[in-house]
Formats: sequence, C-alpha cells, structure tokens
Amino acid sequence: MKNNKRIIPGFGISMGVTLALLSIMVVIPLASLVVFTAKMDFSDIIKVITRPRVVASFEVTLLTAFIASVINAVMGVILAWVLVRYNFPGKRILDGMIELPFALPTAVAGISLTSLYADSGWIGGIFAQMGIKIAYTRIGITIALIFIGIPFVVRTVQPVLEKLDPLYEEAAGILGASRTRTFRKVILPELRPAIFTGFGLAFGRCLGEYGSVVFIAGNQPYETEITPLIIMSELQEYDYSSATAIALVMLAAAFLILFLVNLIQIRNSKILKGGH
Amino acid sequence: MSAENKQVISREGSTDIHAQTAGSKAVKYILITLSVVFLFVMLVMPLITVIYEAFRKGLVPYLEAVSDPDTISALLLTLEATVIAVVINTVFGLFAAWAISKFRFHGKKLLVTLIDLPVTVSPIIAGLIFVLTFGRQSAIYPFLESIDFMVVYAVPGIILATVFVTFPFISREILPVLEAQGTDEEEAAALMGTKGFTIFRRITLPHIKWALLYGIVLCAARAMGEFGAVSVLSGHLRGKTVTLPLQVEILFGDNKFMPAFAVSSILVVLAIVILIVRSIVEYIGKRRGEK
Amino acid sequence: MKGTFFKTAAASLALITTIFAAASCANASASNAAETSGTASEAGKNYSIINVSYDPTRELYAAYNEAFKKHWESEHDSTVEITQSHGGSGKQALEVANGNPADVVTLALEYDVKAVEDAGLIEPGWVSEFPLDSSPYTSTIVFLVRKGNPKNILDWGDLARDDVGIITPNPKTSGGARWNHLAAWAWAQREYNNDETKVLDYIKTLYSHVLVLDSGARGATNSFVENKQGDVLLAWENEAFLSLKEYPDEYEIVTPSISILAQPSVAIVDKVVDKNGTREVATEYLNYLYSEEAQRIAGENFYRPSNETVLAEFSDTFDLNINLVTINDFGGWDEAFAKHFADGGLFDQIYEQD
Repeated sequence: MKNNKRIIPGFGISMGVTLALLSIMVVIPLASLVVFTAKMDFSDIIKVITRPRVVASFEVTLLTAFIASVINAVMGVILAWVLVRYNFPGKRILDGMIELPFALPTAVAGISLTSLYADSGWIGGIFAQMGIKIAYTRIGITIALIFIGIPFVVRTVQPVLEKLDPLYEEAAGILGASRTRTFRKVILPELRPAIFTGFGLAFGRCLGEYGSVVFIAGNQPYETEITPLIIMSELQEYDYSSATAIALVMLAAAFLILFLVNLIQIRNSKILKGGH
Repeated sequence: MSAENKQVISREGSTDIHAQTAGSKAVKYILITLSVVFLFVMLVMPLITVIYEAFRKGLVPYLEAVSDPDTISALLLTLEATVIAVVINTVFGLFAAWAISKFRFHGKKLLVTLIDLPVTVSPIIAGLIFVLTFGRQSAIYPFLESIDFMVVYAVPGIILATVFVTFPFISREILPVLEAQGTDEEEAAALMGTKGFTIFRRITLPHIKWALLYGIVLCAARAMGEFGAVSVLSGHLRGKTVTLPLQVEILFGDNKFMPAFAVSSILVVLAIVILIVRSIVEYIGKRRGEK
Repeated sequence: MKGTFFKTAAASLALITTIFAAASCANASASNAAETSGTASEAGKNYSIINVSYDPTRELYAAYNEAFKKHWESEHDSTVEITQSHGGSGKQALEVANGNPADVVTLALEYDVKAVEDAGLIEPGWVSEFPLDSSPYTSTIVFLVRKGNPKNILDWGDLARDDVGIITPNPKTSGGARWNHLAAWAWAQREYNNDETKVLDYIKTLYSHVLVLDSGARGATNSFVENKQGDVLLAWENEAFLSLKEYPDEYEIVTPSISILAQPSVAIVDKVVDKNGTREVATEYLNYLYSEEAQRIAGENFYRPSNETVLAEFSDTFDLNINLVTINDFGGWDEAFAKHFADGGLFDQIYEQD
C-alpha cells in the first residue's frame, strides 16, 4: 500500500463503491447466515449435519454433481476442440447454443427435461423399453446437472485452445509422435488448468442447483434427495437452525471450490499470457 | 468464457490448415457428430419439447395463455428485476474491475473470491440469506416495518435476489481485459494531469466496451431466468410478486400444463434472442479486436 | 492515505443511501396500495387483501373469490381485490410467519395456522373465532388408482403388498401427506389392536413402497397423473376428484375402510389486518365461506361442505358412510406432530432404519 503506486486516480471511489455494494449484496447477507448459525451450539450443528438423511443427501449431491461434471469435462473438451479446430457448416449456431443453459430458466429446463426423460417422454420412453428409468432416479438428477454445467468447461477450455501454439503439435508430429500421444503429452498438459477451472465452476454450480433438479429428482430420502431440497424442506418445517447449519456447510464448500478455482486460474492466465 | 480471450482468437484459415494436418477426417467427423448429438439431445430436445407442448392445443389457446393478465404482470416484473440487476451490476462491475486491475492492495484474492461467490452459492441459500437479513427474524425488521418498507415477499426482495445471483457476471468479463491491458496508458494520462473520468472514458472504455456488452448480455440472461432464490423470497402472491419462471411453476401446479409451457416458450424465445445478441456482440467484438 | 480513506468512506455512504432511496422508490407503488386500503373505511375505496392458502385449494378459491367479490360489492360501497398465494401448507405458514403480508390464511391443518400464531401474528383463540373450529369445509384421504384398479387395491392393507407402488407427498413438508400418514396409522392401529410394533412395521412397509416423495400434494398428483408413476396415489379427496374430472377414463377412486377427517383451518392474521385496516373485509371474507353459496362452491370443488343441507345436495358425490377418525383421536395436533413428524419423530425413524 505505497502511495507511489496510486498514480491513477479513482482508487477511493472505485474501492468504496466496490466494497459498499459487495457488503450490501454479499457480505452482510452471508454474514447473517453465519451469525444465525452461531446461535446454535457447535455440537448441535454437528448433530444436524450428521443426520443420516442429511449425510445421504450430501452423498447424492456430491455423486451426481461429480459424475455430471466429469461428463461435462470430457464433452466440454471435445466441444471446445470441435469449435476451435474444425470448420463445418452450422458451427456458429453450435457455438451460440453453448450458453443456452445460462439463459434458459432452470424451472423451464426442469419441466421440459422431466417430460422428455419420464417413462412417457420421447427419450425416457426409449430407455424405459430397455428397462432403464431416467426421471425420478439419480440418472435423472445427473442429466439435469449435465444440462446446467455444459457451458463451463467449453468456455474455459476454448480460449486456451485458441491460443495454443500449433507449432508444438506440428513439431511433435514431425518427430513422429502419434496423434493420441501428441494430445496426451503436448496439448492436455496445457489445457489441464482450464479443464480444472471449468470443472470446478461446473461442480460448484451443480452442488447448489435446485430449480431444474426438483422436478426430475423424485425427492426420495436416501435415494434422490439433494441437499438444497433438504434445506428447502427444513425451511418448510420452520426449522431455521437446521436449514442454516446445512446451508453453511454448502457455503463453505462453495467458497473452497471457488478459492481453488481462482488459484488454478492464476496459473491458467499465465499460460494465456504466454501464448502468441 | 471471457470475451477478451476470444478477441485474440486465431485466424480461422491457419487453424483449418492445422486441422487438416493434425487430425484425420474420421476423427474429425466422429468428434463433430458426437458434439452435435450431445447438444441436440441435451439442449435442443428440451426446447423442442417446450414449443411442442405450448402449441399442442393450437394457436388460440396459446395466445390466450400468454396474454393472461397474471402472465403479463409476471413479464413486467421479470423485466423490471432484470433491468435493475443489469444497472446495479454494471456500476459494480466497472468500479470493481477498475479497483482490482489498476491498483495493488492486500486481500485482492479474497476480494475476487467474494465477488465470485454468488455464482456457486445455491440459489436456495441466496434466498435464505435475504430472508434472514430482512425477514421478521432479523434485527432490522422493526426498523423496516416502521418505515413501511417491505423487502422479503415483496418486489425489493426479488430484485435483491436477482442482483445477487448475477452479481459477478459483468466484473468477471471486464476484469481479464483490464488486467491484460495493464496500467501504462492510464498512468501516462494521469501523469499528464488528465481527470479520472476522462481517463476512463477515453482510454479504458474503448478497450472494455465489448467485454462490457458481453457481460451485460450474460447478466440479463441469467437475471431473467432465476428461479430458486426468487422462489424463496417471493411469497408467490399472484399478480404481485410472481416472475415469469415462478408463473411457470404456478401454472404447472395449477394443472394448466399447456399454459405452463406457453409461458415457458416466452422465456425460451427471450433466451434465444439473448443468445443471438450475444453471438453478434462477440462476432463484432472479435472483428474489431483483430483490426 | 487519509484522503483516500475519506473518499472511500464517503463513496460507500453515498452509495448505500442511493440504494435505499432507489429501493424505496421501487416500493412506492406497493406502499401506495397499502395506504389506500388503510383509509378504506370511507365509501368508494378499494380494499386489497391477500389470502395465503395451500396447494389443492387453487380452483376452490379462484371460484370463491369471484363470488365473494360480487357479494361484497353488492352490500358495500367499496370494491375488493383478492390476491392468492398457493404452495405446500407448511411452507406457506412459514412465509407468513416470516413476513409474507397475508390478511387471511386458509391452510391445510390447524398445526400450520398455529405456527403463524406462534410467530405472534395471530392472537390465541382463533380456533373459536369462526364456526366449527374455524374449518368451513372438510375433506378426507382416499386412494386414486388407475382405471379398473388393475392391482386390486381396496384398503390400507393392500398398500403393504410388494407389487404396489405408492405416491404420497412428504409429510415433513406437505399438510396433505400428514393426513395420509395419520389415516394409515389409524387403520393399522385398528387392524393390529394397537400393537405399536406391528403398526410401525406396517407403516415402514408402506413407505418402502413409496416411489416419489414430492414436497407438496400437487406435485404428487402430477407425478401420478401426468408422469404415470406408481399404482396408487394417497390423495386429498378433492384432489382425487379433480383428477377424475380431468381424466374420467383413466382413474378411479377407492375409499378405504377407515380414513381421517381432514379439517383445513382458516384464520385472520391479526397483525396484518390491523396494520392495513382490512379487518372488516377479511372477517367477512372468511365468514362468507359458511354461506350456502360458498358451501356449494366448496362442494362443486369436491370439498365436503360443513353445512348439512348443502352436504346432502352432494350425497351422490361423496361417500358419506366412510368411517372417519379425527385428529383428536391422536391427542390433537401438538401431540401428533411431536410424535410423528418432528425431527427424530416416527417418520424420521422409519427412514433411518432403512
């Protein structure tokens, strides 16, 4: 905090506005959650968050969010690759579609995914004949989460791939490396931070997703009950303390994931800057 | 996802040549097919479902459903919340990105993480924290009551929730551009005695305007569609505190499936319009960036 | 540095003020409305009241509000607008307790209204404020099955069969599901002569056959009717009739040998009506529910009218010989809730021994 670094004017006002808005919108409301939880005994908090149903919901949420994010990581790299490296008709439409899950309200997504993947739906019907139920199972939750998480990995990997110098690959190719080997040894290491960032963001978003999941989940305790739903039902039972205690755990998870992502992103931006 | 990165996109010609050398045709088509099928099943099919269900009973019932007074008022509230969220987040985004990129200070990493936090906070928790802060449980509730200012289960609560969930969207887009640009130009201008706002308008703004526009578009898209947080704060008072996504939920609960999908179709159309605007913004921004 | 600090502080303060000012503007329209209703004792004013209700009353109140509006405006020199809100009964009660400005609540059970009372918004003694324990219409719990009853589900005992898939909402969040749970309990108690272990075994088996546990009655109906899940829906009688009306060829109703008298409760939210000056119209709104016209509307929406004459008109619709227990057989709501639905209660235990 040396004055000589403040040649550019506007530190006071910009910092003031930033901190004021950040406090009103984020810090104070989040602090009220912490304050509210702090009214409980620590042992009570532990008791609440270790209730078997709550633990089961953590498990369901983590598992489905993880699988969905892994699938999105794989598909995200493929999509980014296709969008960056190939030219084909309709590419721009494909590219423009990626953000659809952002723009489409989660409730609408939930309702239409449910009617699509229920046993009577177009896609669900096909799987139902094979004896696979999608809606109202964990597969259904995973599908909704895949939908939600699509943009994250694509949009973090895409710019890195665009900046990646093809020279390395060509060199590797000339030196006789097979294409899979080139991808594994040359491209993947460069993409890794971006993939992890995208994965982390998608994972964080999936952990908290509510709107699209409730419609398709079936909401059975121990089976298909996600943590946000537990919070919602605690709220509906007037049990504010339990709801906030569970919410705090999720909040901590979100904060942790973000912090890790930001750490990776710093490495990532170094790679971006190093590109040509 | 940042616009800055796309501004420096590689020239299409060179990548294509590269693609020809590096990948065999078979791999190319397999990967393209895989991508198209994936996006079709995951993104396009749900949209088709919405449109199909919305028009299943014909055009007249559809028009009746979308011109219902409750739907209109929901649309207006959604637009109101979106506009306010965009304005507040733009102001915030500009100031925050300026403060973070142009100055060095302690706790920058924490600040950035805090700003990003709303993206990963569950919408349910986002709603809950505002209920805790402004609801009857809160310490400031008596004060709010005395000035007759309702936050929770009223329009201000819905706006707050909308601002919260879209909070980092604009700063996230501007920040990388400003950081990449560095501080040299602004420092030079400041040393020559230029006023702060003039520096911003003449030097900084031209650099970030496409990123800013891109952020605004994303912010608007997300603001329109927010469901979970708004649902917790709304109280579902029909015609008063119901946004379009909530109206979809209500109609769904009323067993009015066709109207529910009809209202959904409004949101689908809005989403597609926003995506088209986004693509145009990105396209123009990219071309300007290359020149 | 000092200068910077003051600038920072000044900017923060200015901004906070602006935001609150802007927020007040956004709220101006809302408070204007409140003011008009506040002075509405004069003639020619507009009353505006909010009725926070539970899920399956959507159609009932849509029809009743029309009728009440006509009734009020024919007798008074003022108009009245009614805003509805529907959702899971427990959730709705919670929102009112948290500041949702309802003038009246019309919820699924007494216990939920009591939650609003506990928040200090409704004065104790509300139960006797309106006739018949403040429940103008009643309902009960029945089975909705697919046409022809392919699984031959006739009574609560059949729900324990392994080939039966059940749809019921979650008693933790849904008022209707609590009635379902208690009705099943009442049957089992009679069947097994109050042998608690056998009763508990039966209830456990029943829940192990539940396929989808929605958070509200409407969600459960949708899972069963629209998404074709399960073989039997445990439903409010009115909800079952509504599905039947919509799809007469696909479903039929089975009345079990024993069920429960479900008494939805109505109450005035004292704090809110006193603030808004809407006590008179809110009182009349709830009182008029007992009129013959309103009772007929209730009957038409498949709620059992409390007025005997009107009920008789609907004797073709309702099975009036059904054997009904009441909540008093469970020692009242406080006791029933603590035993069955509270955290760590029977319902939790059933799912924890899973």
